[in-house]
Amino acid sequence: MSAAKDHSLLDPIQVPAEFRGGPLIRKNAAITEPAWLRALLIGGALSFLSLFLLLPLLSVFTEALRKGFGVYFSALREPDALSAIELTLTATAIAVPLNLAFGVSAAWAIAKFEFRGKQFLITLIDLPFSVSPVVSGLIYVLIFGAQGWAGPWMSEHEFKVIFAIPGIVLATIFVTFPFIARELIPLMQEQGTDDEMAALTLGASGWQTFWRVTLPNIKWGLLYGVLLCNARAMGEFGAVSVVSGHIRGHTNTLPLHIEILYNEYQFAAAFAVASILAGLALVTLGLKTFLEWRHGDELAASRRH
Amino acid sequence: MQRSPLPGFHLTLGFTIFYLSLIVLIPLAGVFFKSAGLGWSGFWNVVTSTRVLNALELSFGAALAGASINAIFGLLVAWAFVRYEFPGKRLFDAFIDLPFALPTAVAGIALTTLYASNGWIGQWLEPLGIKVAFTPLGVMLACTFIGLPFVVRTVEPVLREAEAELEEAAATLGADRWVTVTRVILPTILPALLTGFALAFARAVGEYGSIIFIAGNIPNVSEIAPLLIIIKLEEFDYAGATAVAAAMLILSFSLLLLINLLQAWVRRGQTR
Repeated sequence: MSAAKDHSLLDPIQVPAEFRGGPLIRKNAAITEPAWLRALLIGGALSFLSLFLLLPLLSVFTEALRKGFGVYFSALREPDALSAIELTLTATAIAVPLNLAFGVSAAWAIAKFEFRGKQFLITLIDLPFSVSPVVSGLIYVLIFGAQGWAGPWMSEHEFKVIFAIPGIVLATIFVTFPFIARELIPLMQEQGTDDEMAALTLGASGWQTFWRVTLPNIKWGLLYGVLLCNARAMGEFGAVSVVSGHIRGHTNTLPLHIEILYNEYQFAAAFAVASILAGLALVTLGLKTFLEWRHGDELAASRRH
Repeated sequence: MQRSPLPGFHLTLGFTIFYLSLIVLIPLAGVFFKSAGLGWSGFWNVVTSTRVLNALELSFGAALAGASINAIFGLLVAWAFVRYEFPGKRLFDAFIDLPFALPTAVAGIALTTLYASNGWIGQWLEPLGIKVAFTPLGVMLACTFIGLPFVVRTVEPVLREAEAELEEAAATLGADRWVTVTRVILPTILPALLTGFALAFARAVGEYGSIIFIAGNIPNVSEIAPLLIIIKLEEFDYAGATAVAAAMLILSFSLLLLINLLQAWVRRGQTR
């Protein structure tokens, strides 16, 4: 039995002594980095992520529990905190379904049909992402505020938008506007129209085709979009801050409640409320990672890992 | 346009355009109508006042610095995650999107607490004479935090798809690793890197929630442009607030246009 049989052709041990450390090894070195450099790059990347991401997250929970569980839970049970939770849930419950209906409708029109100006329409849908949250709030103040265009008419009819719940809902809708459409458009474009055509040929109606064919095809992408939309809706601060007026127990959402507590130096309470939102962020990240891992092939190409 | 047998085109496109106009286009157009009402000289007076200029300079400067830091470290992170295997990779990978998922107000108070003079990080920087919280440096830090995922997430897929054959070819032709990385790999990912930079920049310029807590908001020193809009609104100076908003929109659209042109130029240089 020769020793050579135990080794594969590429095994360095088989290389004759005069070539050892020669061409074969140098070629490997040329398409990757030496071990010390690899360790340095990985170390650098992980230190950067730990410093900028993990440490802030960790500090939220540490600060929240600094004064013990008693203070923590009483900060969450306080009436103003409860009404902030209620308002945040209300605004989200209105904004997400509306943007969902819009997202499905926009994706259907854009992905299943050809028309002029399509690219321009997609750009316009993305617009809210490139507008400062503060400007997003400002635009509604300009229309519905006391000095706004609709202001006089609204004060006559005693209908309030700014410094009231409708304004908060509007601002939330604006900042979360593109999320679901943006996930569905590329996904439905990739899937094409073949499945729908087949269903129609077999005698299904338009609605049946949508419910039985299109929706099952896009369900995970839809869920992914809803997840991101929901996270942003619950956490939005800048836009909501402009239109809310910060009326305690009435027009305060959770992020605004955090700001008030923090500015009143009630740090433990501020971080206690913040820890709910940080927990929400963790759940969002967990579900998102799960969707990418388990249903990656049913998400838009850019989301696949 | 082509006729398609699928139903619902007019219904869905109609609803899409209606909803888009109602929520986004008409309200946004209001900014420009309102500032047009101010007249050119009025607009110019507001925008060139010292306080506004300082705020705009800080917002754009800190956003540029933050996006540059993200371009460098984002590239490093993307490289490490695509090319190497290490324990905890999946967990860290999930955390990269934290700045998207964490509400900005929460990020703001967490960063402030960390970098305040008695904070976990601040207490080590203070003796070195480095003050982060309540200075422009803090603004830059917050800009870095919120822009972090953009560069990583735009560079990652391109780096993953880059062909190993090209690197092998370069190595066969005698290029050492440094030359291969800078002359073969870097040009391939440059457009994606620029896109990530532009996205991180655009997000940071308008950012409010994560910055105002750590900035300290001292007029002319650490006061950002979005905060100035809010201050003017609280003083019922609607026209002034709108003028600052319009200036911000115009500046960021021009910068993004510039980056788009740069990207097109880089791509052209490659195909030639």
